[in-house]
Amino acid sequence: MQPNGCIMRGEMDAVFKALADESRRKLLDLLHKNNGQTLGELCEHLDMTRQAVTKHLLLLEAANLVVVVWRGREKLHYLNPVPIHEIAERWIGKYERHRLQALSDLKKGLEEKKKG
Amino acid sequence: MQKPKLVYTTFIRTTPKKLWAAITKPEFTRQYWAGLANVSDWKKGSPWQHVTRGDKPEIYITGKVLECIPPKRLVLSWADPDDLADKSRVTFEIEATKDLVCLTVTHDKFKAGSTMANKVSWGWPRVLSSMKSFLETGKGLNVFGGR
Repeated sequence: MQPNGCIMRGEMDAVFKALADESRRKLLDLLHKNNGQTLGELCEHLDMTRQAVTKHLLLLEAANLVVVVWRGREKLHYLNPVPIHEIAERWIGKYERHRLQALSDLKKGLEEKKKG
Repeated sequence: MQKPKLVYTTFIRTTPKKLWAAITKPEFTRQYWAGLANVSDWKKGSPWQHVTRGDKPEIYITGKVLECIPPKRLVLSWADPDDLADKSRVTFEIEATKDLVCLTVTHDKFKAGSTMANKVSWGWPRVLSSMKSFLETGKGLNVFGGR
């Protein structure tokens, strides 16, 4: 498996870009429901050309949201939510920490005021 | 050939040796895997356990080392000690590229109606992103959301 250069630099950009499209989110939902599908199986549920689905899958692969496993000549697609967790932790987790810090500062401030 | 059930990858800025140590050494696993350790002598055929810390460690997962080729490939059988019949298999594959290491975790061979499959599909993405954070920043994440 070869990671391509742009994943390294724009790792998160690639994930946000991949998630910013309804068809690609639908593809991820389809894999969540039934992991390890072929292109043909995925096309059955989508109102899109095979070429369009292929293009979306390549973008998802580049963002490491989809992992490909070859079984003989069959290309199976797997949902890889690891990068989504990295985003959740770095963004949502970060903001939550700030919120908690703000609450704890407020509490401290009020308690000191009471004393004074 | 049966279709694997779960496949995860993460690209980590580290070396294969460090990544291998992060999976197999208790002092490292504890730091990113919800405080639990992977314990074994990591020889083919040996038992391995995923356990809590302390004098009376609680065993969360138990199994055998099926293959061990450091720092490239580790294959384990995987079961809850209270439900040994619900056995599955985990394969860690480590592949180095220029300055990134690709870790692929494949969890498969679940028996029909396995409850483990649901549990680990929730857990693996959390554990792997925490492992990445640990190896890149020296700090794991709060994996299972406890405070």
